[in-house]
Amino acid sequence: MAVSTTKSDYWRGVRDGTPFILVLAPFALLFGVVATEAGLTLAETMGFNVLVIAGASQFAAVSLMQENAPILIVLATALAVNLRMAMYSASLVPHLGAAPLWKRAVVAYLNVDQTFASSMVEYERRPAMTWQAKIAYFFGVSTPVFPVWYALGFVGVAVGASIPPALALDFALPIAFIAMTAPLLKTLAHLAAALTSVVVALALAWMPSGLGLLVAAGCAMLVGALVETMQERRA
Amino acid sequence: MTYTTLEIWTIILLLGVGTYLIRFSFLGLIGNRPMPPIVLKLLRYTPVAVLPGMVAPLVLWPAATGGEPDLARGVAALVAFGVGLATRNTIWAMLGGAVALYTLLFTLG
Repeated sequence: MAVSTTKSDYWRGVRDGTPFILVLAPFALLFGVVATEAGLTLAETMGFNVLVIAGASQFAAVSLMQENAPILIVLATALAVNLRMAMYSASLVPHLGAAPLWKRAVVAYLNVDQTFASSMVEYERRPAMTWQAKIAYFFGVSTPVFPVWYALGFVGVAVGASIPPALALDFALPIAFIAMTAPLLKTLAHLAAALTSVVVALALAWMPSGLGLLVAAGCAMLVGALVETMQERRA
Repeated sequence: MTYTTLEIWTIILLLGVGTYLIRFSFLGLIGNRPMPPIVLKLLRYTPVAVLPGMVAPLVLWPAATGGEPDLARGVAALVAFGVGLATRNTIWAMLGGAVALYTLLFTLG
């Protein structure tokens, strides 16, 4: 195995992960602010940031906790928001399944929206990568992402509510997700899947948090695979 | 918030463990066993199946405006999408969306 090659994969990952600092910074700050306003201590807020590391579910949990919802409801809702990560985990199997268990265990901890999306794009672009190279790339993307997530969560607690609402930090997340998805829409099947996801998720928005999204994602994956199969037959 | 400290840490720890197990699930348990082709074909669409459905309600009904559709946020989403499609570049798409958002927020007041 060429060590130098793996090293260059790692550094390419660092380079590709660095811009995500811009995405995560507002999000991490905002969580610190929101959690503090909700009445969580610094240790509790950082507990969320280090042990859960799933922004959307952390916001969901804190907003339910503000309403003093039963603990079971808080957990069920926040975990439902994270169920999509089971699909992330499954998507990585063909790429990283050959790696030793401990490396897969570390990847699982680091498997968040940004590292996942960035890595999948890279793996599809360079199908010849070995699993060693793919792991190195994944760790590379994680390197700038995680310290910033922890550090700015901490800063968010410190600055508290002094960030003016005019900065519209709330919209950093949607823009980041759109910016990640649009470049992936390279075939009719991908477009059809994305459209299905949007339509079904909106139609099922009345369902408890996360549940409608799961159904929408399942439908969208089926539509994508179906369109791909139909195009193969026609070709 | 009326939880005890113990209750809050219970939520954090269980949410942390649960989320980790979700992330570990397939990667940890299935490992190197080959997956059926139909599963691979379905999984190819995971990102484009999850992310648009997650974003759509956030764009149409932003929490910051109490769930009311908002012109600045809607246009910013469209610009981010258009730039992303045209350039195939995540960073340009994000910058485009941010520029549109702030331009509209400050001009519309």
